[in-house]
Amino acid sequence: MSTYDARFRIWRGDADGGGLTDYTVEVHDGEVVLDIVHRLQATQAPDLAVRWNCKAGKCGSCSAEINGRPRLLCMTRMSVFARDETVTITPMRAFPVIRDLVTDVSFNYAKAREIPAFVPPAGLAPGEYRMKQEDVDRSQEFRKCIECFLCQNTCHVVRDHEENKPVFAGPRFLMRIAELDMHPLDAAEESGLDRRRTAQDDHGLGYCNITKCCTEVCPEGIAITDNALIPMKERVVDRRYDPVVWLGNRIRRRNGA
Amino acid sequence: MTPVTPVGPVERQQWDVIVVGAGGAGLRAAIEARQRGARTAVICKSLFGKAHTVMAEGGIAASMANANPHDTWQIHFRDTMRGGKFLNQWRMAELHAREAPDRVWELETWGALFDRTPDGRISQRNFGGHEYPRLAHVGDRTGLELIRTLQQKIVSLQQEDFRTTGDYESGLKVFQECTVTRVLKDAFGRVAGVFCYDRESGRFFVLQAPAVVLATGGIGKSFKVTSNSWEYTGDGHALALLAGAPLVNMEFVQFHPTGMVWPPSVKGILVTESVRGDGGVLRNSEGRRFMFDYVPEVFKEKYAQSEEEGDRWYEDPDDNRRPPELLPRDEVARAINAEVKAGRGSPHGGVFLDVSTRMPADVIRRRLPSMYHQFKELADVDITAEPMEVGPTCHYVMGGVHVDSETAATDGVPGLFAAGEVAGGMHGSNRLGGNSLSDLLVFGRRAGLHAAEYAAGAAAAEVGEEAVAAARAEALAPFDGESFGDAAENPYTLHQELQQTMNDLVGIIRRESEMAEALERIAELRERARRVSVEGHRQFNPGWHLALDLRNMLLVSECVARAALERTESRGGHTREDRPAMDRAWRPVNLLCRAADGGGIELERVRTEPIRDDLLALFEKEELAKYLADEELES
Repeated sequence: MSTYDARFRIWRGDADGGGLTDYTVEVHDGEVVLDIVHRLQATQAPDLAVRWNCKAGKCGSCSAEINGRPRLLCMTRMSVFARDETVTITPMRAFPVIRDLVTDVSFNYAKAREIPAFVPPAGLAPGEYRMKQEDVDRSQEFRKCIECFLCQNTCHVVRDHEENKPVFAGPRFLMRIAELDMHPLDAAEESGLDRRRTAQDDHGLGYCNITKCCTEVCPEGIAITDNALIPMKERVVDRRYDPVVWLGNRIRRRNGA
Repeated sequence: MTPVTPVGPVERQQWDVIVVGAGGAGLRAAIEARQRGARTAVICKSLFGKAHTVMAEGGIAASMANANPHDTWQIHFRDTMRGGKFLNQWRMAELHAREAPDRVWELETWGALFDRTPDGRISQRNFGGHEYPRLAHVGDRTGLELIRTLQQKIVSLQQEDFRTTGDYESGLKVFQECTVTRVLKDAFGRVAGVFCYDRESGRFFVLQAPAVVLATGGIGKSFKVTSNSWEYTGDGHALALLAGAPLVNMEFVQFHPTGMVWPPSVKGILVTESVRGDGGVLRNSEGRRFMFDYVPEVFKEKYAQSEEEGDRWYEDPDDNRRPPELLPRDEVARAINAEVKAGRGSPHGGVFLDVSTRMPADVIRRRLPSMYHQFKELADVDITAEPMEVGPTCHYVMGGVHVDSETAATDGVPGLFAAGEVAGGMHGSNRLGGNSLSDLLVFGRRAGLHAAEYAAGAAAAEVGEEAVAAARAEALAPFDGESFGDAAENPYTLHQELQQTMNDLVGIIRRESEMAEALERIAELRERARRVSVEGHRQFNPGWHLALDLRNMLLVSECVARAALERTESRGGHTREDRPAMDRAWRPVNLLCRAADGGGIELERVRTEPIRDDLLALFEKEELAKYLADEELES
């Protein structure tokens, strides 16, 4: 394999507007899209803004949209594109642009603060916690989340509906509620906190109509919809009517039959 | 083009404690300081929750004795001292071993979910240099669990503050994507605050506080092949030096034996030691498990002499000795280096690390999910079916800010504290895997505690206008680089040259002449860096950020090279081809680095405090005779 020149179109601009700029840049064997962005910085566009950190798919900083698909720049190999294909990189659409590929993701940090924290069980000192592996497996799956916010970006409830943002926590933080709800030692209920009810009433679980867009873009492969959101909806429905769950249950029953 | 900047007062805010860095140590310090009543500000270069700690894979070392009931803090202490070749600041190693279990258990009360033993306790895994399975872990993403737990604990404290004050950030605030360029002092030489810029907007601001905790991590970005992220530019090391506090043991840089070697764009990315802890073996191009040929004299009795014994150890550790793949990292890294040099390397210049013939595919995918994912996605290698190619990568600096073992206070600058990788001493000449995350928690907490106590008794901090103006001018200088015309320098070019210099001349194997050459090149780069020039404006400008980080990397690189040249022996993370043996006479000697008045670094040799008798009594006399200097053995 060898080196070749690739065509890139990258969105440049800021909160006041901007547009796509064309670049031709060298690509080497085994590189990922973030390598190419770095080469552009070092050779052609020293002030090209991009957010990144670990470059190994572990920190979730370099989220953007590549040819329209929400992805991590560091985990998208150049070999997935044809050599004559123009690779277009744009910032995440659901969040306000700061500059170039960097967006203002403070929405997510605000939502994180609204989710009630883990409630430690009374009467258990540090070191006395006992939990079975099979009982922590599910919450551990959700804790694999690297907070890249690609699910938040792609979720159609907020992607093109700014007006839903105040009332909808988004898949990442609904999953956080599910994680705490399934934590074997979380004492929320004993403290008078009903996590399922808050998911529905305060964090907009009802807005989710399980299109699984979040699951599709998750770079960690977390089954957000199937393992977190649908079970939450099912638990909520014990107390409340949710048309989507009702429909979902009927469809599944029919398919299963 | 000089950007138009309003010349007016820089915004100031008043806090009790400022924590620079939001990795494990910084967040743990901030939690402690806030819990002790200090209004605490955290400043970090990345987004909150993205710090390099997320990259830690293997686990947190703590002698909880969940997996083997014989484990105690004394044995953890002993392993740590052996791993560091007895150069460790012994009191830090003692506090670390004693307090680590409490720090891990505490994480569970904040919501952490570690992997479990069959009886429901925290599971613990084997790791290099640890006598018993000791690492609390979550698959191979322990660092992520640690950072998320601390992050969520901080959020829960902010929720408490919201309930009482109506403001989430009244008692604990995270300034994310901000960089500190200077620690500022008052007229009496005490810490008074930090000078910062917001990376998004380029806006300058000053946080005033009587106590500052440095928790900025390491220096890996001064080297070409590294497992470290872009944040690791030695900021805290340089901030301490420039504030007048010395660094210790800077010659000791850990090259992790197993980094990815191919493809080039991921060269250096870490392959966790858990691969070996769980049964992975190293082979050369001839298929030989070469580590059996590299067991050094001091470790001969503690490691298996045959493949059969090593293999039996995984099932029956009480009656067999561990395989030499689990020697401390410095030994394994040197061995790989030697094999490649002898022409027995893999196609891309590493050696083979194999789990595919050692464990069933489903076990590999369950125990090493991130590694499976990482090789599949980035290198097209299925580790359940074929071996990985690995080689040494710059991973960790044992050296750092010289601190008081109990309080994490720096030497000579009242109000300045340091914890985590940026602090030196704890790990001696070589850190054991798993001891980093526990170090962050133990000393992060101590730094936060003592910073809060110090701040409570200190007068309100006041930074003089002059100091602010000087820091501002320094930060803006790269925009005036155009005035140098053709002599102006590109920060990216300077950075690449520095990385190449450190990698080639002060890397894993060192020679006197090469280190001397490195010092000349660093001096030259320092000159050229005065003419560094950046384009554009201050809003999210990576070229400008790099230009400012260069100062730190150059200072720290000079410390490493100068101390390495001075220490005429090989020990831990400092290997000299011209001085291949460990020299006991160097055991009680520390090298301190200070910033000299006219620029550059000055070295000072200091004698270490004698190791306490009851701690020495944990070792056999014969073993001590291999490490301690003659005069230490006599007394």
